[in-house]
Amino acid sequence: MSWPEGTRSSRRSLQVKFVPDEEVLKHIADDAGIKVRKDKAQLSVSVKRFVKKLENISDNEAQEILEEKNYIAALGICAEDPMGNGSNISGGEVYSFQTPKRSSKMAELASELAQTPEQNVAPDHSKCPEKMAKPPQSNSNFMWAEIVWKCSLILKEFVSTTPYRLRKRLAASDPCLESESEYSASCSEEEDEKDQKEVSTVLPDQKTPAKTKAASTPPPRNNLAKKKKDEKMSNLVEEYFEAHSSSKVLTSDRTLQKLRKRRLDQQTLHDLLKRAPLAYAAEIKDLNQQHESLFSKWMLQLHLGFNIVLYGLGSKRDLLEKFRTSLLQDSVHLVVNGYFPSITVRSILNSITEEVLDHIGTFRSPLDQLEFIIKRFKEDSSLELYVLIHNLDSQMLRGERSQQILAQLSSLPSIYLIASIDHINAPLMWDQAKLSLYNWLWYETTTFSPYVEETSYENSLLVQQSGSLALSSLMHVLRSLTLNARGIFRLLAQHQLEKKDNPSYPGLPFQDFYQQCREAFLVNSDLTLRAQLTEFRDHKLIRTKRGADGVEYLLIPVDDSTLTDFLEKEDEDV
Amino acid sequence: QQIQEDLNKQLLDNLVSFLSQSHSEFQEKTTEWTCRMKFREIPTAALVLGVNVTDHDLTFRGLSDVLQENITPYIALLEAKDCPGIKNLMQKLMGQLMNCDIDVDTLEDEDCVQVSQNKIRCSMSSLINWYESVTKKTDSETPSKKRNSSSRHWQSPPVVVIFKDMESFTTKVLQDFIVISSQHIHELPLVLIFGIATSPMIIHRLLPHSVSSLLCIELFQSLSCKEHLSTIIDKLLLTSQFPFKLGEKVLQVLFNIFLYHDFSVQNFIKGFQLCIVEHFYSQPLSVLCCQLVDAKKRVNFLSHDQCENIRRLPSFRRYVEKQESEKQIALLTTDSFLKEETEKLLEDLHVYHENYVSVLRCLHVFTSSLPKYPLGKQIRELHCACLENQVWETEEYESSLQLARMLNKTDLVTMLQQCVEILLSSSGKEFDKTVEKLKEFLTQFQNLEAEASQERDVSVSSQKELQKKTDLYHLQKTLLELKESRRSKKLTKFEMLRFEVIDYIDSLVRTYLVPADNRTLHEVVYFNAAAVLRGHLNAAPRTALHTALNNPHWYLKNQALKCDGGGISNKAPDICIVYKLHLECGRLINLVDWLEAFSTVVMAGEEPNADAASSDQVDDIIHARFIRAVSELELLGFIKPSKQKTDHVARLTWGGC
Repeated sequence: MSWPEGTRSSRRSLQVKFVPDEEVLKHIADDAGIKVRKDKAQLSVSVKRFVKKLENISDNEAQEILEEKNYIAALGICAEDPMGNGSNISGGEVYSFQTPKRSSKMAELASELAQTPEQNVAPDHSKCPEKMAKPPQSNSNFMWAEIVWKCSLILKEFVSTTPYRLRKRLAASDPCLESESEYSASCSEEEDEKDQKEVSTVLPDQKTPAKTKAASTPPPRNNLAKKKKDEKMSNLVEEYFEAHSSSKVLTSDRTLQKLRKRRLDQQTLHDLLKRAPLAYAAEIKDLNQQHESLFSKWMLQLHLGFNIVLYGLGSKRDLLEKFRTSLLQDSVHLVVNGYFPSITVRSILNSITEEVLDHIGTFRSPLDQLEFIIKRFKEDSSLELYVLIHNLDSQMLRGERSQQILAQLSSLPSIYLIASIDHINAPLMWDQAKLSLYNWLWYETTTFSPYVEETSYENSLLVQQSGSLALSSLMHVLRSLTLNARGIFRLLAQHQLEKKDNPSYPGLPFQDFYQQCREAFLVNSDLTLRAQLTEFRDHKLIRTKRGADGVEYLLIPVDDSTLTDFLEKEDEDV
Repeated sequence: QQIQEDLNKQLLDNLVSFLSQSHSEFQEKTTEWTCRMKFREIPTAALVLGVNVTDHDLTFRGLSDVLQENITPYIALLEAKDCPGIKNLMQKLMGQLMNCDIDVDTLEDEDCVQVSQNKIRCSMSSLINWYESVTKKTDSETPSKKRNSSSRHWQSPPVVVIFKDMESFTTKVLQDFIVISSQHIHELPLVLIFGIATSPMIIHRLLPHSVSSLLCIELFQSLSCKEHLSTIIDKLLLTSQFPFKLGEKVLQVLFNIFLYHDFSVQNFIKGFQLCIVEHFYSQPLSVLCCQLVDAKKRVNFLSHDQCENIRRLPSFRRYVEKQESEKQIALLTTDSFLKEETEKLLEDLHVYHENYVSVLRCLHVFTSSLPKYPLGKQIRELHCACLENQVWETEEYESSLQLARMLNKTDLVTMLQQCVEILLSSSGKEFDKTVEKLKEFLTQFQNLEAEASQERDVSVSSQKELQKKTDLYHLQKTLLELKESRRSKKLTKFEMLRFEVIDYIDSLVRTYLVPADNRTLHEVVYFNAAAVLRGHLNAAPRTALHTALNNPHWYLKNQALKCDGGGISNKAPDICIVYKLHLECGRLINLVDWLEAFSTVVMAGEEPNADAASSDQVDDIIHARFIRAVSELELLGFIKPSKQKTDHVARLTWGGC
């Protein structure tokens, strides 16, 4: 039962190709129509595989039947297992395409028929989109006939009525087909998870053997047992698209903490990445050179009143830097690092007014400031300014008002803007009016270079937030405060550290805190403490939260290790 | 490249002049009708401008300029984004009014500055005070010199407030403003102008009846953007004065953007400018793309390299191949001969353009009135068709000729007359004969008049005969006979003549509307890089990202990346692998599973040299690479951190896109 390698790979490619179509279908069709269509799409995929199988083993009719026997046996196992739960796993799995309404009906049917494994097969078939509408058969021989007949039907009509699952299960249940099942799990990526489950029911604790082709690997197996539990809990195992409409999500429960690996902090991450060689350096360099040849053209177009926006995968920072160093050395230019998390339009405008226009003074609103800038630039035609914005679509700049201001700025004839965007939905932030103000020329500059700077400010889930930044700022703020104020903060911090083992620690109630502060002779009245706390809050050193009972809770929003460090440092100082 | 800047300027001038032209009519109306201002009602003009929002700015600027010159110095342009509340609106209004006042009468500088300093008390009353003071002063103080200017305005010029984008104003603000100002209409002659992008219905939707009854609304419809466009095309593309030309594909791209994306004339012009820039930047021979006289001069100063460039042009090569062998050698070796020849060719090209335009217009006269418009209703469509390939070979042309052969006489005569006018107005020298010929046709038509009446008599008599017979069978028979005779009958003189005319037009088309691609040296003046243009104006960032992630081979020309049919190659860049893996997941993605899948892929991609000692090391690096790739995906907006479950990220896209 080992098929030639070639067919596998060809099937693989076939299947991968089908994924997008199916996804698109899913996307387009609405909930009602989708089920059937989806089924069909999937089935047509499976049919193709199936046909290929049969072509390859045209004389293996007998073996087919053997498989089927195994399948029935497997079903029997499955059916017995969940009876205690009222509904059954196999129902959950096999009917995963169904709408809830239908699934309940199926559950009824299943419980009716669950006496013998053979009977369990019948609902399986009625699930097919075409609804073969066979009455439940108790005669197993008859069943065989039916199945075999269906297989031939598939061959003839190319419209499958046999569920994909069935085929796979057949394969999976046969011990000697293990590698094949492995394969089907790995190659049918569009439904990873379900495949996993499928395998899990049959081969719960199988260790992944060496893959014949590791290009597309199956997700790890050792979580499968957990998944099984997951499934048992939710008998409403729903389709991908249905998952989207409901809040139920089906993923494994594994967390990073259970991995033995420690979390990396920003610095080690950086070091590690430095050690990793950059793939395709030569090609990337070629790409960059292509882009660099456009520099003079950009200059020309900037001067003609267009502004340039760069898009495409890969960091465009180096490219812009190069542009800056090669062409803008002698002219006034402003580089805006949009990816920096605390950048604002205001800071951009400030740097224009203060550094470029040498204006000292403040403005009431960014709009006033903008007006001032526009006036100055209109008065003095010799003023020229190049503005380079890395990541115009960053969190801080993508707001409507910011974009409006930037657009107005860029519409000035003597301000030349060259910006880069990365987000897939970045163009959505501009409406017609803004677009015409920006007067963009689009340039595709795919560089494939890693977003080193751009992502370094993001709070990635995987990167442990190194406490160094928070710690230094904490020290900085605290040092500027009075001794009493520091004492207050220390008290709060100590208290929080004492309670660090309690995960649901709500914070220190205000009254308790006041009491403690009084005892330590730090404050003499409720009001002074409140004033002090307001100051803390302004510096974002503490957070207050009102509990359900109306009591105010105080909490330092810093993680424990940083807090410990902080207290140690403080002790040294004192 | 200075020429090109000139061209740009010319371009914009054209547009501005055109726009102000188109709005002069409004002004006239406005003036008339502000005279009959009604008690307690604010005269209001609602300007329906259409959806091309981007052009509105220009329109309003033109409008306020014209208004300022002709009617009143007091104009305020308000935009919705400046006026979130009534207070801001008043502030803005005051500021603008007072500023524009300063511009007009510098004498009152101090006074105005004083007023504008107490911006805090921005209220209607202060506005009225200001207005009174201003008008009083202009009355009392203006010397005879100033009389001139103020006599052009009225004694009490109205204050015009323009709301640029009526739809985006908050209703509350608008209502308040209208109610307040209606209270003060005696003291302050206020005129409102609403700019409307959608439909006039919006006024009534925004304003309740009680408010809108305070307004005396007159509706004006601005020209549709298509008309703007055709004027621009007329002025820019279909003249021989403007040396730069657009190729067919480029035109198509521009029209598509215009028609399917924004209807914005401004954007069209922007595209046009870009074409010019691109052309001059990328085509070394574009120096010759200027007025004919200059071009001739420049030809003489061509360097050897530039001559080589000319020789390399495909159209020039074709031309050379057609020449005799001696001439070929001369053209290819001696620069001076080449220059002479080039001069001649450029002249040819110029003449061709002149003829082309006039004949195109003639053809347009004929085709634009045909039923179903086989060659398009607008001249731009015709233009595109002519540029694309030899127009007489197309089916549409055939059918339109067929239809033209069935035109009735009066139409045909008027068309011919129009053609004669067009040809006379054109500067081409070769058209003298054509004009004569056409005139001849016209006279022949007139001669036909008499004969035609005779013929009509005949036909009438036959009709009468027909009416006599009432028997159905006979009727049928006679009808058949009649048909038969008609078919076999020699064509009437009119029909003959008609055929002749159409054939003549056809011959004109065949000689003059040769597609530009066939002309020698057309590369000098035609810009054809449609793909570049589309890339810059109508870019698809999403698609670029998609290809980069799915098919890195497209960008990185490395054999290892070449993969068949969309599978993941395990040697692809990290981000591609991570992206591919994430495509397989549902709404939430477990990071651990993801990481493991990733590491398996990567490990398999690298050589299996993983000995036990270094595996931990490698693992760390892979981990780091994974982190980087994931955060890159986050930056690109494919995923975001999710709080729903620990160590999960949410997918933001759907399916395979």
